[in-house]
Amino acid sequence: MHLIVAIFRPEKLNEVLEALYRAEVRGLTVSRVMGHGGETEHAETYRGTTVKVALQEKVRLEIGVSDGFVEPTVKAILAAARTGEVGDGKVFVLDLAQVHRIRTGERDQAAVTPAVKVGA
Amino acid sequence: MTSPHLLLALQDAVPALVPADTAWILVATALVLLMTPALAFFYGGLVRSKNSLNTMMMSYVALGFVGILWALVAYSLSFSAGTPWLGGFSNAFLNGVDLAPKGTIPHLLFMAYQGTFAIITAALISGAVVERMRFWPYVVFISVWLLLVYAPVAHWVWGGGWLGTLGVLDFAGGTVVHINAGVSALVAAAVLGTRKDYGRQAILPHNVPFVLLGAGLLWFGWFGFNGGSALAANGSAALAFTNTFLAPMATLVVWSILDTVRTGHVTAVGAATGIVVGLVAITPAAGFVSPVGALALGGIAAFPSYFMILFRSRTRLDDSLDVFAGHGIGGLTGALLTGVFAAKAWGGTDGLLAGNPAQFGKQALGAGASFVYAGVMTFVILKVLGLVMSLRADQKSEGLGLDVTQHGEEAYSSGEGSILVLPDEIATVPVPVAVPIPATR
Repeated sequence: MHLIVAIFRPEKLNEVLEALYRAEVRGLTVSRVMGHGGETEHAETYRGTTVKVALQEKVRLEIGVSDGFVEPTVKAILAAARTGEVGDGKVFVLDLAQVHRIRTGERDQAAVTPAVKVGA
Repeated sequence: MTSPHLLLALQDAVPALVPADTAWILVATALVLLMTPALAFFYGGLVRSKNSLNTMMMSYVALGFVGILWALVAYSLSFSAGTPWLGGFSNAFLNGVDLAPKGTIPHLLFMAYQGTFAIITAALISGAVVERMRFWPYVVFISVWLLLVYAPVAHWVWGGGWLGTLGVLDFAGGTVVHINAGVSALVAAAVLGTRKDYGRQAILPHNVPFVLLGAGLLWFGWFGFNGGSALAANGSAALAFTNTFLAPMATLVVWSILDTVRTGHVTAVGAATGIVVGLVAITPAAGFVSPVGALALGGIAAFPSYFMILFRSRTRLDDSLDVFAGHGIGGLTGALLTGVFAAKAWGGTDGLLAGNPAQFGKQALGAGASFVYAGVMTFVILKVLGLVMSLRADQKSEGLGLDVTQHGEEAYSSGEGSILVLPDEIATVPVPVAVPIPATR
């Protein structure tokens, strides 16, 4: 089992969700975060105050997957979130020690496998 | 009776100022000017937060550019003596626009009052091109549009031009303002093309309370728009004022019922839209129809606009804030129903219901002529502008949002991650602080 954490541009969220849906990846968490990926900063001016905006809005996606799903999930995110400009984001893949499904108490492999296959 | 705007243009000979009339038009001018900031809130609430400042600025900027051009050139082209097609330059640069009476109010005040109409009409178009049009090309567009579209059509109907002479009734601007802006918006949306996310993901209003606030302030300002169009503090003003009070109520009720039948709920965005459609529809009729006629007109006007919005959103035509459905169709419905409900007893020429079908034909001709002229001219202006400048923001800017890319500001900035730039550093921003080094293997 692995935890996939992806950080990318908020305007790409819809495309990424669609790509994951097509890759049959179900079950994920999204949060809005601020971050900096080395992209050009933009300046904003409010009356006499000029600021460089160093932190950009990004989204963070967290998905727990079984081993077979790591490759398709990463591929889907890489393809959908890319613009080619600096600041597109990162995908991290982490090993998971344990996973528990709260509803049923199932653990590990069973807990990251969809309980009911969608469309079945 | 012809429209008071026209009457005034023709009766320069009447020499007396009436203080009560002057006082009311002073107030009405301020009321109509407020409608442009109100429109900014109405439109601003309907777009995504990353484009909200840009959208609001599209209305606010008209207060400057359109207002100045109106005073210097467009007022003369609209209201000074000329041909049936266009006024002349005799009042250009406010030449001869002084405190002498125009009708019963100072000429200068008449110019200012009419200027507030020109400003909001230009701003109305912005709703069709939000979230994708670059700011300066937009400013150039509405400036040119004022001179080439608004001024001629205002002259046709109110300035002594051919439609007014023909007897077309337009009390406060159903044709000049709403059909004009609505059709121009439709064409502008088609020329600009769809937003990159249109039809691919949900694009939702970011602040519905703003939409309600804007609709409320529009209604308030509209009392000056319609009530002031009598250009006097008299019975006609009272009729127009009361009809402006009644008609949107009927539209709001019918809209709420339509919403409930279709979705099961009375929606807030729907209510705000219904109010605006009712205001648009009563505009040409305000001083010509009975109060009961106004209620009927307002109620009927809900249907065409409601179903046009539903139809439009299923097409590839991204008139983003449905300016055509609201103002084009609402204005058209109002202009035609003016020909149905107008009554001599209330100050109009008799319409269809009073046994004068010819008036309905005149209304259709006036609406049709404006429809075609505004559509063709807007297409030509935008195509020519598109040859010398890029009208659309690039895809990346559209993704980031036009607030940051067009204005260098954010509507709802948390200040997180913002680094203060000291005055002597300003020349050096923006700079990439960390250029990633390509990975080597």
